[in-house]
Amino acid sequence: MPGASGLLSEVAAAEAELRAAADRDRGGDGAGVAAGDELAAYFDEVVGADQKIEPRDWMPEAYRKGLVRQIAQHAHSEIIGMQPEGNWLSRAPSLARKAILLAKVQDEAGHGLYLYAAAETLGVSRAELFDKLLSGRQKYSSIFNYPTLTWADVGAIGWLVDGAAIVNQVPLCRCSYGPYARAMIRICKEESFHQRQGFDLLYTLARGTDEQRAMAQDAVDRWWYPSLAMFGPPDAESTHSTQSMAWKIKRFSNDELRQKFVDMTAQQAEVLGLNLPDEALGYDQPSGHWRYTQPDFGELMRVISGDGPCNRQRIEHRRRAHDDGAWVRDSAAAYAAKQRTRKAAA
Amino acid sequence: MRSDYVLALADDGLIAAQRLAEWTSRAPELEEDVALANIALDTLGQARLLLSYAGELEGAGRDEDDLAYLRDEQDFRNCQLVELDNGDFAVTIVKLLCFATYQHELYSALRRSTDERLAAIAAKAVTETEYHVDHARLWTLRLGDGTPEAHQRMTAALGRIWPYTHELFETGWIEPELLAEGVAVDPATLREPWLSTVDKVLVEATLAVPDDDWAPTGGRHGVHTEVMGYLLAEMQYLHRAHPGATW
Repeated sequence: MPGASGLLSEVAAAEAELRAAADRDRGGDGAGVAAGDELAAYFDEVVGADQKIEPRDWMPEAYRKGLVRQIAQHAHSEIIGMQPEGNWLSRAPSLARKAILLAKVQDEAGHGLYLYAAAETLGVSRAELFDKLLSGRQKYSSIFNYPTLTWADVGAIGWLVDGAAIVNQVPLCRCSYGPYARAMIRICKEESFHQRQGFDLLYTLARGTDEQRAMAQDAVDRWWYPSLAMFGPPDAESTHSTQSMAWKIKRFSNDELRQKFVDMTAQQAEVLGLNLPDEALGYDQPSGHWRYTQPDFGELMRVISGDGPCNRQRIEHRRRAHDDGAWVRDSAAAYAAKQRTRKAAA
Repeated sequence: MRSDYVLALADDGLIAAQRLAEWTSRAPELEEDVALANIALDTLGQARLLLSYAGELEGAGRDEDDLAYLRDEQDFRNCQLVELDNGDFAVTIVKLLCFATYQHELYSALRRSTDERLAAIAAKAVTETEYHVDHARLWTLRLGDGTPEAHQRMTAALGRIWPYTHELFETGWIEPELLAEGVAVDPATLREPWLSTVDKVLVEATLAVPDDDWAPTGGRHGVHTEVMGYLLAEMQYLHRAHPGATW
């Protein structure tokens, strides 16, 4: 699968840098004794030197808030993202594919857990973030508001959606906030595995019967533009970019990442023998990039604001799971309290 | 036939996995989404090993997918317990406690099977089922000895599930030669250790073994409950819609 190994070696490099930085940090603790302006100066210095900000370090309130928003949204996406794929678990057409899909959806719950834990280091609770998700005050990725209508959609999600996710997330392995960077390293490794499995699923369909091939092409046709839109609005309209770049949370613009994704995916589509639904798609020799047609950002805005095909069902599903489970969580808490009392009395 | 015995054990795991996977994205906690998917993956993995082996023993060229997707309801040999609807979380936990404890006893004994392949599969499965039993045990304690509502739901779940546990220990469906040769384990011998484990957990959870005089049965002979047809319709539809396709 062309283009994928480069991404993984970037993850490995980020991990090596992180280890090296941790070794350097053992020498002294600059933040503990500083106060006021010195704290801000120390923060700028650490970010400037590509070192990591850790939970107990001082940080600007806007940095903290921005990270909470971004990490929470990322965690919510993993959790809501279990639904479109989980939709095919009971119907997977072979036991091997069923096992792969089950393991993948399980990984997503695990990713959600790492990310909520990373967000909690910033002083918020998972329950608080859940509440914001369910009340619509925090978002999740627009892509999960599209329905999975055939088995091939499971492959298209793996290939395109996870592909877009890792292009987006690999730079975050080097982001300035340590807990987030470490979570992203683990997540990117697993995501690239999922992307390969999605590619393999589509590859098999593309070489199967006429019906299977048509199913694969139809899925790619439906998921291509929503996947391109995952990188967000064009640079000219993006609101969070400048500050995020200065703080080294974000390292590339939406359009740069989108281009990177198109370059990688166009080559992979050729290997698959499936068409990307863009007549303008073509390799541009002088620039070394693929030309492509931008997604409909009006549609992206409609989906983000709640009017995509599945927004209501996704939140309703999560709310029902949460509400139906309330008595279970209550009982677990009551049992834990009883155990504490018993231990204290013993 | 030896393949029928292996198939019954395989079907237990396959159908249990199908039901457990229905919980994915619906569990009370994210941790539980991970745990239930994990258990489903284990029982699915056991089912795949057993199905492949059953296919080889049968010698008709059927692989794991032929056996999972192209048999009708009457040809499935799983116990009825695993096919029952998930119900609320209490029903799922009671089912898991009863089934995992049974599987744990079965695989522990089957490690000494004179059939080497079965013994090897059992050796792998037994460590997995140990974890499943522990998970079900901890939830039984939290729900039985937690809030009054959870206690009441667990009592109701036990009443609903318990009658189906009797089928797990039936012996009649296994050919006597398999038992005599030490290939198969006599399920009747598992009932006592099973009951002692389950009863201990229930007592600690302030729950009681329900009184019952109903012992529904039939799964080992292909006679299932009404929910089985729906389960298979959903599981098999795509595979059946594309005969001969590779996935």
